[in-house]
Parts: sequence; C-alpha cells; structure tokens
Amino acid sequence: MNNFGYKQASNIDDAVTLVAASEKTSFIAGGTNLIDLWKYNITNPAELIDINHLNELSNIEQLENGGLRLGAGVKNADTAYHPIVEQKYPLLSKAILAGASAQIRNMATNGGNLLQRTRCYYFYDPEVPCNKRNPGSGCPAKDGYNRMHAILGTSEQCIAVFPSDMCVALAALDAVVNVSGPEGARSIPFKEFHRLPGDRPDLDNNLKKNELITSIDLPEKGFEGNYSYLKLRDRHSYAFALVSVATTFTLDGSIISDARIALGGVAHQPWRSFEAEQFLEGKTASEENFALAADLILKGAKGFGDNDFKIKLAKKAIIRNCLMALRPETQLPGAQPAA
Amino acid sequence: MLTETQDLKQTSAGSHTIDLTINGKHTTLSIEPWVSLLDCLRDHLNLTGTKKGCDHGQCGACTVLCDGKRVLSCLTLAVMKNGADITTVEGIANGEELHPIQQAFIDHDAFQCGYCTPGQICSAIGLLKEGKANSRAEVKELMSGNLCRCGANVGIIDAIMQVKDGGSYE
Amino acid sequence: MDLNKTVGKPISRLEGKLKVTGAAKYAAEYQADNLLHGYVVNSPVTKGKIINIDISGAMAIPGVIQVLSHENRPKLAWFDLQYTDMDAPPGTVFKPLHDENILYNGQPIALVVAEDFETARYASTQIRFEFEEKNFQTSLDQNIGEARAAKKGFATALKPPPPPPTGDFDEAFANAAVKVEAEFHHGTEHHNPIELFATTTVYEGPGKLTIYDKTQGTINNQLYVANIFGLRYKNVRVLAPFVGGAFGSGLRPQYQLFLCVMAALHLERNVRVVLDRKQMFSFSHRPPAIQTLRFASDINGRLTALGHRVLAETSNFEDYTEPTASWSHRLYPAPNTLFEQKVVPLDVYTPMDMRAPGGSTALHAIECTMDELSYKLKIDPLELRLINYSDMDPSSKKPYTSKALRACYLEAAERFGWDKRSPEPASMTRGNKLVGYGMATGIWDAFQFPARVEAMITSDGKLVLNNATTDIGTGTLTVMTQIAADELGLSIEEVDFQYGDSKKPFSMFQGGSAITSSTGVAIVIAAKALRKKLLKKAGEIPHSPFHKIAEEEVFFAAGQLCLKSDPGIFITLKDIIAFNNGRPIKTTNMGKPHMLKLRKYSLATHSASFVEVEVDKDLGVVTVTRAVTAVAAGKIINPKTAKSQILGSMVWGISKALHEETIMDTNLGKYINTNLGEYHIPVHADIGELDVIFAEEQDELINEIGTKGVGEIGLVGMPAAISNAIFHATGKRIYKLPIHFDELIG
Repeated sequence: MNNFGYKQASNIDDAVTLVAASEKTSFIAGGTNLIDLWKYNITNPAELIDINHLNELSNIEQLENGGLRLGAGVKNADTAYHPIVEQKYPLLSKAILAGASAQIRNMATNGGNLLQRTRCYYFYDPEVPCNKRNPGSGCPAKDGYNRMHAILGTSEQCIAVFPSDMCVALAALDAVVNVSGPEGARSIPFKEFHRLPGDRPDLDNNLKKNELITSIDLPEKGFEGNYSYLKLRDRHSYAFALVSVATTFTLDGSIISDARIALGGVAHQPWRSFEAEQFLEGKTASEENFALAADLILKGAKGFGDNDFKIKLAKKAIIRNCLMALRPETQLPGAQPAA
Repeated sequence: MLTETQDLKQTSAGSHTIDLTINGKHTTLSIEPWVSLLDCLRDHLNLTGTKKGCDHGQCGACTVLCDGKRVLSCLTLAVMKNGADITTVEGIANGEELHPIQQAFIDHDAFQCGYCTPGQICSAIGLLKEGKANSRAEVKELMSGNLCRCGANVGIIDAIMQVKDGGSYE
Repeated sequence: MDLNKTVGKPISRLEGKLKVTGAAKYAAEYQADNLLHGYVVNSPVTKGKIINIDISGAMAIPGVIQVLSHENRPKLAWFDLQYTDMDAPPGTVFKPLHDENILYNGQPIALVVAEDFETARYASTQIRFEFEEKNFQTSLDQNIGEARAAKKGFATALKPPPPPPTGDFDEAFANAAVKVEAEFHHGTEHHNPIELFATTTVYEGPGKLTIYDKTQGTINNQLYVANIFGLRYKNVRVLAPFVGGAFGSGLRPQYQLFLCVMAALHLERNVRVVLDRKQMFSFSHRPPAIQTLRFASDINGRLTALGHRVLAETSNFEDYTEPTASWSHRLYPAPNTLFEQKVVPLDVYTPMDMRAPGGSTALHAIECTMDELSYKLKIDPLELRLINYSDMDPSSKKPYTSKALRACYLEAAERFGWDKRSPEPASMTRGNKLVGYGMATGIWDAFQFPARVEAMITSDGKLVLNNATTDIGTGTLTVMTQIAADELGLSIEEVDFQYGDSKKPFSMFQGGSAITSSTGVAIVIAAKALRKKLLKKAGEIPHSPFHKIAEEEVFFAAGQLCLKSDPGIFITLKDIIAFNNGRPIKTTNMGKPHMLKLRKYSLATHSASFVEVEVDKDLGVVTVTRAVTAVAAGKIINPKTAKSQILGSMVWGISKALHEETIMDTNLGKYINTNLGEYHIPVHADIGELDVIFAEEQDELINEIGTKGVGEIGLVGMPAAISNAIFHATGKRIYKLPIHFDELIG
C-alpha cells in the first residue's frame, strides 16, 4: 500500500524500456491480482507501467497455420466469448468462465491470468513466514492448514498451488506464450512457462526479467468435439479450485487417438502427464482406462494432512471429467459435475 | 452541499489529471496513482452509493459499469480509467423514475441491509447487457461475483429473472 | 381482514428506494469538514508485550497527523465498569490501547491518523514494533482439560446456565432400550456483514460529539463513549440510520468506535475510522464448540434420557457463553436429563452473539442425534418428533404462550413432499446424484425488552414516532410504520417512524429477534395514550360531538376521529391539532413485558425445516436443491419482510452446514482465511429453491401485538436438516460443521 508512480506505455518496446527503469517497476494490465497484493502489502511497486492501451496486445487473430493468437491484453471475458474461441476452443472458453467472477473476467487480461500468484493463506499474510514471499523464511503450510495445497511436484520449500483455470485449459491445448523483452521476442511452450517450486519457490514461471507477455498462440487443433472442464471447490462458484480437470479427446469411434488431461489446484503449475496421455492413445474410451490413466497422472502424489483428500478426489474427478468429455453437452454452468 | 463533480480532497505532487464521465457528467480531477476508483468515487467525489465490502475483489459490492461493462472499482486504479464512462448506482435511475431492475429489487424484497445492493444492481444490469445468461442457473452463476450476507439471494435472482424475461431493460 | 389495516400486508420496504439508488448512507459515508482518516494497526503477535514502538517512520510521511498507541494515548477512564456495555459478559472488558499487553492476535495496537485514507493506510506499515512473545493457546481441542464453569454476571440473566439434572440420567442411559451417543464439532464463524465496521465522529466542540457508527444499539454505544471519555450523555449522539448487516457483531461497541472517538477528542477534529476486511476477523465471532450428546428412548421412540454436554471457547478476559446445552428439553419431554456447559478460555478475542447464538449450534447436534435415533428405531424422523411432541415446555413444566410447531411439521412436510421419501439411506438417486431428504426442528426464544416511544400528531395530521432502535435490514422501519398506522387509523404515508438515533427514546440493542415485540409494543402503548389525548382535545372544541365521549365510543380511521354510533360524525386529526393552535399533541410511553403474567409461561418460536440435497455419488459435491421452512412466530406484521428474514436465515443455515468457517492456525495462533475469498459464504449459485410457510399462531398472552420475532428462528433447524438429508442421501453421518464435500467422496 505504498505510494507509487504511474506511466502509460506507448508501445511494447516502450513498455519494456520503462519497466527496466528499476527493480520495483511493474507492468499493470487488469490489475486484479496486483492491486490485491499491493493492498495486502505483499508487493510494493515503485512505479506501474500501464499497458492497457496498447493496441498490439488487444486483438484476437487467426494465424496462418490455422491456429489462433490471443492478445495478452484481451480481457478474459472477451476471450471466452469470442466466437472462434467458443466454437473451436470450447474447453478454453469453459475454463475461463469457471474462474473468478463475471466482473473480474471483464477486467483480467490473458497475460495477467498466466501471472497470478498463489492463493496460499500464508503467502497472503506478510506477518508470517513464507518461502515464496520471503525466501528462506520457512513454510507454515506444511504443518499448518493445507486444505488448498499441492499434492504433486511439491518441494521442501513450498507446497503452494497455481490458481488459474484458464491456464489448465491452455496447458491441455499445448498453447505457446509469446513474450518480448530487453533481449527481443521469444516463444515459450506452455508446459515450459510455469515451473515447480524446487528451491526457488519465489519464481512462479520462467519469464526473464522485464519480459512482457504479448500473446498466447493456440494450435490449430481445438478439440471442439470432445472436451470438458470440471472444477471442484468449496462453493459452486467464485472460489478457487481444490481440484480441476481439463480433458479433451480425439476419438476414432470409441478409440482414443489423442488425449489431453491437465489438472488444476494440485500443483505449482497446471499438471499434465504425458505418460498417462500416451497410455490412453489407441485405447477404448472406457471408465476402466480412465481410472488407469488417473493412477498414472497421480503417481507420486503426496498429501500434507488437510489436503490428503485431493489424491482420492483427483482420481475420481479425472474419471468423471473424461466421461463428461465424451458428452460435452452435459456440462453445467460453473464447471460443476454433470447431473 | 457538495456537487458531485467537486473534488473533496487536496491534491499532491504525484497527482495525475484525469477525465471521467460519471453518470453522464464530465469530471476532471487530479488524483494520485494509488487511489482506487472506489475510493475516488467515495472519498473524492462523494458518490458513496458504490460500496466497499472487502476492497480485494471478493464481494462485488463495489461493482460499477465502466464503458458499459461491470467491473470491480476496488481493484481498479482511478488513473487507469482516464477517459472512461463510469456508471454508478446513482446514475442508474432516470431522474425519479427507477430502472426496471431497481423496481424489481424493491418488489421482490431483493435486499435487507441494502449494502450489497448497489453492486448487485450494477452487476445485474451488466449481466443483462452481456446477454449470456439464458436460464436461471446461468443467471445464478453469472451473478455469483456478488455476495449477499443477508441471504436475499432468492429475491435477487427472482428480480433479475423478471426483468430478463420481461425484456424491459436497455 | 380489514382492508384499511396495514398489519399483515406484504408492504415493500419503505427505505427501498434509498437503498436501490445508493442514497442510503452508512457510517463511513457521512462527510464532515476537514475530515481526518484513521487506520488501525493490529498485533501480529498472539500473546506477549509491546516492548517498543517507533513511530518516526510513519510521522515522517507528509499528511500523517498522529499515531496513537498505549504510550501516548490520552488519559482515559480506568475502571472496567466504565468500559462495560449492555451486552458485556462477565469478566474484564477489553480496553483498546490500554497498556503494552497483547491478549490476542489482531488486537488493535495503534491508530494512524492522516489527512487521507491512503496516507493513513500506508503509514500504518511504517511503524516499527518490538514485541516480547509469550506462549499461547488457541486450540479448543488441545485445551479441553482447561474447561470450567463460566463466571456469573449481569449477562447471566439473559443467558442462564443449564438447569440442574433431573431423574437419574446415568442409570437411565445405561439401561435404555435404544440410545445414541455422538460428539459434534463446530468451527469458529465470523459475522462478516458486507459493510465494514466504521465510525465517523463529528467533533462539535469541547466535549460534544456526533457519531455515525455501525451498531445494533445506538444508546448502548452512546453510554459506552460517554462513560469512557467522561462526557455528558446529552453531548454524545450516536446515529445509525442504515446498518449494512451486523448479525450480532454490532451488539457490542467495537474498537473502531473507541479509536475514532479518542482521536477526535484528542485532535479536536472530525475523524473517520473504517476497518478493512481482515480486521473484521479481529473482534467478535461465534465460538467453536464440542458437544457430546447422549439421547435414549424406549422401543416405541419415547425419549427417556437427554444428555447434552457443551465445551465452548471463550477469551482469557471475558466468559462468554451462548446457552447451548438445555434446548432439547424445551422441545422433548424426558424423565432423566443431564445438561452441562463449560467454557475453555483461550488466547483469542471474546466470542459474541452471532445470529441464533447457542440455538443454531445446539439444534444441529440435537436434531442430528434425534435423526440418528430415528434410524435406530426404524421410525420416520418426523414421526419420532411427533411421538415426543409436547404442548408445554418440559424443562420448566410451564405451558407455552402458544406453540404451533405441530402445524409447522405437517404443513412443511406436505409442501415438501416428505411422504415421497424412501426410508433407507442411499436409496434415492437422480443421474449421478444421490438424493436425500432430511428434516429438523427449530426453537428460539421470544424476547421482549423494555422500550420507550414518543408519538405525536403534527399540524399536517401525520403521526411522527421516535425510538432509538436501529433497522439492520430486518424491516424495522416498515413494520413499525404498519403497527403505528393501524393504531391511529392512518395510511402508511401518514406515519413517520424515526429511529437509529441515541437521542430518541430508549431502545435496547437490536438483537435476540426482539425489536418488533419491544418497540412494537411501545408503539401500541403510546398510540393508546395518544388516542386518549386526541379525544380529550377534540372534546374541548366548543360544541364538539366528542365532548365527554368515552374511548370505547370512538374509532380512528382515514385520519379522522369518528363516533362509532354514527361514523358520519367525525373530526380530522389535522383539525384537532389546528384547535391546539397547531402544536403537536404528543406522548411518550414505555412498553415492557408483563413479567408477572408471563412468569407462568414459557415463551418460544418454533420451526420445522425440510431439505432435499443432491450429493454427487463419486465426487461428494453437495447441492441443497430445495428446502421448506415453516415458522410459528405469532403474528406476522409484514409477510414480505418476515419471509425475507426466514429466507436469509435459511441461507445462513446452508452456509453454516456447508460453507463458512474461520480457520485458526494453532501453530501461529491466528486466523488465516481472513478474507471473503477464503471465508466462504454461499454465492447465488449455491442457493436452490427456498420456500417459507408461516403457520397460523395467535398468541393473546405474549404481548399486546402477539408477535414473537422472526430474526433467528429460520436458521436454527436448517443445519441439522441439511446434515440429516446428507446422511439420508449417502449413509454417511458427519459430526462436524461445516461439512466439506470431500468427506462424502464415494
């Protein structure tokens, strides 16, 4: 809640130059997480560089390769309701609409969605230790209340989860993140964008210093036939996932030719198991096979007490969501389990 | 009495001058970058109809319409909205004539303490403009960003359904 | 029904337009010249001492006026009694900024006052504290060995300890044909009204304040401020015309009031202090509790023994209790009873009444135990209640002034379709969902407090009423207007009920579902006196047809005083006042409960809740698809606002059963989900079809208007009805609240 300066960038290059002015200069787009963190005295920017008005970030356009480019500055709601996204990438549309609230989706941008910080109670309380917020200070979550915490990919340092829904779908769709920085532009495959906590839980992703997300590319394949997003939480809407699952299939009759399963709410990044997906390829789309795939996905899952249930829940959620993907019309508002 | 467009506060060195159209009235004010749109409305412009319930984007009480879209004023910096057209609950009625949503809220007793009401009303108007909610279940889902601690949920959804089905909104 | 009467009509809230247009102003929304803004600093330490405070960093920020702490605060009243309030439990009341001691995490330890809100907020982070930390205890489970009886005090009168045992419980329970023993765990809950606690203090000059405060009791807070700061009562005016929800949290003055007034007096300036959402978790709450229930019956389902033991948290400085243990015996007769209630003091702030205190916690346990007993007996749960139905109060052996609970059971069961329930657990399905039906009983006190009302007819023939009560969203303005309109034969538009102001005649705080009966009765008494005065004055008019006419011979209608024998002979109220030279005719009267008469009776409202849930067979996700609650609460003044009270309570029941809980990290000694993103209250998507029935209940005994209060009764039965429906759906009995869906994974 410190005082800070404010500038509007005039283009991407200008934004990247302005943000390099000091260690504590940040971009601001939707602001839905940054302002929240600033008011909790967790982030203290010296200056904010407003990138909301950059036309370069605000389009959704078809790519020559048949894919779709989502501008980083496009609002989550505008992305979810975009006709091409609704028709060709319905999984992404459903996942975005399962996140936050209508108001927040009208504010939050696609780029910002990728950069959300964890909702860990301890991260959010500057008065208590947290290795993510204050490296080396400790992690009260492991021995504390950890209902929301990770079961996969945890480290001694951190058991926080990444809270996005949109990113679970982007992970399943093999999106690519385009960034611009002081050293020029580059593209990062989605699975390499976020990272596990390891011994650097302060780092949520592999963006380099002062890099700006400019767009997200969706590949041509949208899985409009068989898809489902399921979100399980402590109320039916406007709550973060305890477990969420994004599933898509390409089916050849009842045989799976391409399977994607990504989990949210269980790890420091959207969680995919290529082993499990490969296992399903060439197999019948059956509850038995989905259960075997779930076991592969959850191999090595570990609870910390209050979140032990997530292991059992995730397995059942994966199976159910695979079944729902066979009948996408059964999906309910808020990504609730099908009736 | 203060007029709606008069800035109640002194300004400081770090201020930016911004133009806002609030409830149809053009306003120029000088504001520090760290002032939220919510605090700008309430503390600087005396438009206290927009409510502060959590100040962290978790209750929806501060919902306003910004260029026609429902947003949370608590997570918006006023400086970011330079040039925007803002509608708050004070600008919903047409003079003495209530907006159909406002009347439906009264008719369905869609509030008790009234504190979440301005946010619910702005959010409902945003929802109807969006046109994405076709069923009661979808209205409930798309209104879930507005908490009501008094538990007036049934009345709120009934009021919105009545206006939605009646089509008597802009 | 008399068409001209307004009582019983579903009149829309009179303040509705102000609320839907944003014109209704709440405590933080009053402007004052050169207003200063205060921001509270809270202790990050759970127990210990402040060793040092360095405010230089904060004071160096331009715009900061003052930082107040125990080190530099003005001298204040010293004695506990001066800090006490009408709702203070026995013990030592918390005194903000009193000394260096830290009693609980989040305790206010400083107030920053600055020219604007943002500066005060920023400066609050720039104060350096040094603490000496001490070991603390914040876990109820780990400290049950410390349980003891609560101390007694003023508050014990309204919250008596459980009655002594009857019969021989231990023997009866040991030898019973059928019995259930169960232990229930309830978590901490915070009131979390959406309006943040706030005070705006207008400094009117030396020793004189006008205070806009978020409170349920304007006079309670007026006395509190005057006593602590040594001000004359008449120089302290507390106003609360709109209150954005409170649910009990406004029954006691909260610390932002103290801090705001202190700053205003010290700086001789207008000051506003608004808490943030995290700070809303730094004062009162519903205490966590552990309840052990032991119920036994004969093979026909007739209860033979009722045992209920309660251990509940309190603070280390006050002994708060919410009567929990003895409710079962106010519903069900049993020859052998044993009720115990103890407190476990912990390093937390004192708990406080939160909507249906004690009752909602107790009835969950009681009605789940009854449900479990019904399955053991293979008797329908509703039938078991009817077998044990009592027209009188078995615990006091007194008749109820009225009790239409049987009608509640039967009407709600019919509306709900209880007869379609298949008795076996997990026997009803709908696609992927297990379907369950559950029911439970509710009971709550029918309180009435003394209240004074000033009533006057003004020169325009209108009735103006004055009373200090608040309207926290309950519909008080509307129902009082209706009661008054009928008493004087006026329309709603001709009545002006003024309230929310400590300057007005006495009202207790607005709690215990009591205000309709309290202020409502006072209105009836005052109206009667006013009618008499009006008739007398009318009789004084030369050649008046009302000269020496008795009260029984006249009636008031359409703004007129009329002769019963010939309604064509009348005088308007306006003309009576005109004859009085335009001076209002007024009276001030007290309404109070008829203690002598009522001593022979038991007083309660009742309810029956029926709930359908769907539970996902694999994932455990619970939806309350529909619920019906029937309420017997005497006369319903306004079916619209009363229905909203019950609907709101039912939502609270859903929240208590499935959603809300404050998580205490007992390693850190602090609550960790102190925000509305992680403290889950239901969203619109959680609320299914809710239906309310008011059972006909005429109560000629309870008070002059036959009302019993509707603020809390709708809540008490719901959590158990939901838990019981979940058991019926799944065969799983969860003995804690809230029920997390993961406990129901298939």
